[in-house]
Amino acid sequence: MFYREAGDFKVSYADDSQTFPIKFDRYRYYVVLAVAFGIIPFLINDYWANAILLPFLIYSIAAIGLNILVGYCGQVSLGTGGFMAVGAYSCYKLMTAFPEVSMFIHVLLAGGITAGVCVLFGLPSLRIKGFYLAVATLAAQFFLVWLFNRVPWFYNYSASGQINAPERDTFGIIITGPNAPAWATYLFCLIFLTVCALVARNLTRGTQGRTWMAIRDMDIAAEIIGVNPLKAKMTAFAVSGFFIGISGALFFAVYLGAVEVGEAFGINKSFLVLFMVILGGLGSIFGSFAGAAFLVLLPVVLKVVGVDILGWPTDIVAHFQLVIVGALIIVFLIAEPHGMAQLWRVAKEKLRLWPFPH
Amino acid sequence: MKKTLTTLALGAAMAAGPAMADLVFPDLSYRTGPYAAGGIPFSDGYNDYFTLLNERDGGIGGVKAKVVECETGYNTEKGVECYESTKGQGALIYQPLSTGITYQLIPKVTADNIPLHTMGYGRTSAANGEVFSHVFNYPANYWNGASGVINYLLEENGGDLNGKKIALVYHNSAYGKEPIRTLEELSKKHGFELVALPVDHPGQEQKSQWLQIRRDRPDYVVMWGWGVMNQVAIQEAANIRFPMENFIGVWWSGAEHDVLPAGDKADGYKAVTFHNVGRDFPVFDDIQKYVVDAGKAAGAGDQVGNVLYNRGMYAAMLAAEAAKTAQEIHGTKDITPAMMRDGMEALVIDEAKMEALGMPNFGPTFSVSCENHGGPGLVGVTQWDAESKTWSLISDFKPSDTEVIGKLVEEDSAAYAAENNIEPNCK
Repeated sequence: MFYREAGDFKVSYADDSQTFPIKFDRYRYYVVLAVAFGIIPFLINDYWANAILLPFLIYSIAAIGLNILVGYCGQVSLGTGGFMAVGAYSCYKLMTAFPEVSMFIHVLLAGGITAGVCVLFGLPSLRIKGFYLAVATLAAQFFLVWLFNRVPWFYNYSASGQINAPERDTFGIIITGPNAPAWATYLFCLIFLTVCALVARNLTRGTQGRTWMAIRDMDIAAEIIGVNPLKAKMTAFAVSGFFIGISGALFFAVYLGAVEVGEAFGINKSFLVLFMVILGGLGSIFGSFAGAAFLVLLPVVLKVVGVDILGWPTDIVAHFQLVIVGALIIVFLIAEPHGMAQLWRVAKEKLRLWPFPH
Repeated sequence: MKKTLTTLALGAAMAAGPAMADLVFPDLSYRTGPYAAGGIPFSDGYNDYFTLLNERDGGIGGVKAKVVECETGYNTEKGVECYESTKGQGALIYQPLSTGITYQLIPKVTADNIPLHTMGYGRTSAANGEVFSHVFNYPANYWNGASGVINYLLEENGGDLNGKKIALVYHNSAYGKEPIRTLEELSKKHGFELVALPVDHPGQEQKSQWLQIRRDRPDYVVMWGWGVMNQVAIQEAANIRFPMENFIGVWWSGAEHDVLPAGDKADGYKAVTFHNVGRDFPVFDDIQKYVVDAGKAAGAGDQVGNVLYNRGMYAAMLAAEAAKTAQEIHGTKDITPAMMRDGMEALVIDEAKMEALGMPNFGPTFSVSCENHGGPGLVGVTQWDAESKTWSLISDFKPSDTEVIGKLVEEDSAAYAAENNIEPNCK
């Protein structure tokens, strides 16, 4: 089979510690990148961009962010929706205050602001952990949504309390608003996702990631061997907040274009992203992608199959969707608690050993 | 994942097959979720009216109408997905029945050249057709509703509300916040005190708001609620023995399922409306004959004649009339969304037309123009009778305070135009 290491010799330390040690994996990764950047933008239409690809890309960034916090550093967070709202609202304020600045900078700044807010709400993690921390971050979720609903400054005193993304560009290409071409919005989000994934992957396999994982596995032991828990936890909150903020900004500005905080960034969003992380696989970058793809695509696939192909009533399909997603989550947690990333890992293992399994 | 993508592409290709011969009316319905109680009858009415046209008249101007239903669950992300998946099928008009989805769609439909009809909801300032070229919200909008409530109270109090206290219980979302600005202006004008009490989504938890009402003893309570929030509010009002005659809801807070759970205690509850209630209209005989008895009714077929069923039917009627107008203007049966927009802008609903449709006095008479996409904003009042379990219209469709509303519309649409670089124009 093609999944083979025979003949693929590692002659340096760098070779040995690369992200994709198997040649086939490496080439597949390059092919995926080439297709994503070089082919899809030419084929994309509004439906594919707005209904499937943009939510997939944006939720992947959010899932990577949450995975760093929950999967790598072991700090349970239920505040993802609130932190995405911080990203969205700071992006909105920046967009309306500095209309001539490139969207790239706005989104990055929104990520930075969210990182700050996230650290602030992460401070209790120094004293509490587990369920208690989950409750503390849940408070962040409710507080932030309440804040954005309550203070008119955040939505520029509009009558309805909604925020609308005005038309903004980067390098002269329109990125937000209804006239933005599908390929531009797609590429814009794809660039952010690619960079975020690369940064996250390299952070998690270096010193920083090791200190996070040490804290996750046993914080007292980590402290004894010299890991500074304050620094480790706060960096995890900051990096996670940065990614989640970026995803929130993209979610509002590029994907939806208009947002109402209670509806778009409610507690459901926190749960959705957490499910993505759990289903995809805790402590795995690939898992974040898999989880996001699964939960974004599944409802669309079920709708296409149920309504468009089988012709069932829409409400029955919608109810079935709830049942199927719920059942799948239960089945997954029982059959493969480590998520889809582990399934993928096992499949690769089997392929490499084939046809001589132990 | 590759495999799912291929199946998906295949499915999408099959779904988007050629159906250009029909006039396509997408129905972004919600039959699930916390607002389903309101979404189901509306969608049933919308579907049934087009079924009636197909069965009785052979369609609109001889072309069959096709309703494509897509479930949104009142969720904006799903609403966007529904919009993208249906617009390629030649969708003539969108009526999302959700303020959140409306805000998403306003810029999108304008760019895609498809009209959007938000009847009695959505962005109120879209009434200014010079700025919102593709958005229509006739026959009435929220600010008409707010003003209609105050006008009715003025009438009850001999034209003077000075020193009265009015509490507004509202859904804490874009939808619920919409009337506040108008009510504030009106409170300045008429000298009443306004107390705004927000209720968070979905609205089951209202104990503190009603405690405050019990303490403050407002003379009137106005409600801007939707879904389960209405039932809870009416029950809570009954619990604190608030006089129901002094409790007035907007049109989204005045259907059967809102008052039935409170039983006899809901007797006398009022709501403003922009269309008639009940099923004493000839059109319902046709619906019974051609749709319900023929087994072609949408949903369970048990909603005929309910307030929100009537509203869905009314929305479908306005869409069908606009399509007919468009067919006349452009002299072709197969109209495009752009032609549909022209038809909506030239729409005239007079009593003779309503009579011919079997809906005499079903709604106000009005006409749309390029400058005014909102119609005249005539508002009536309905009241619930718990004993006979019926709503009845207790006032004519009367004009609202256009002086106050016109200024607010001008202000808000100018802000939108400035934000989005829109040059107001009417060719």
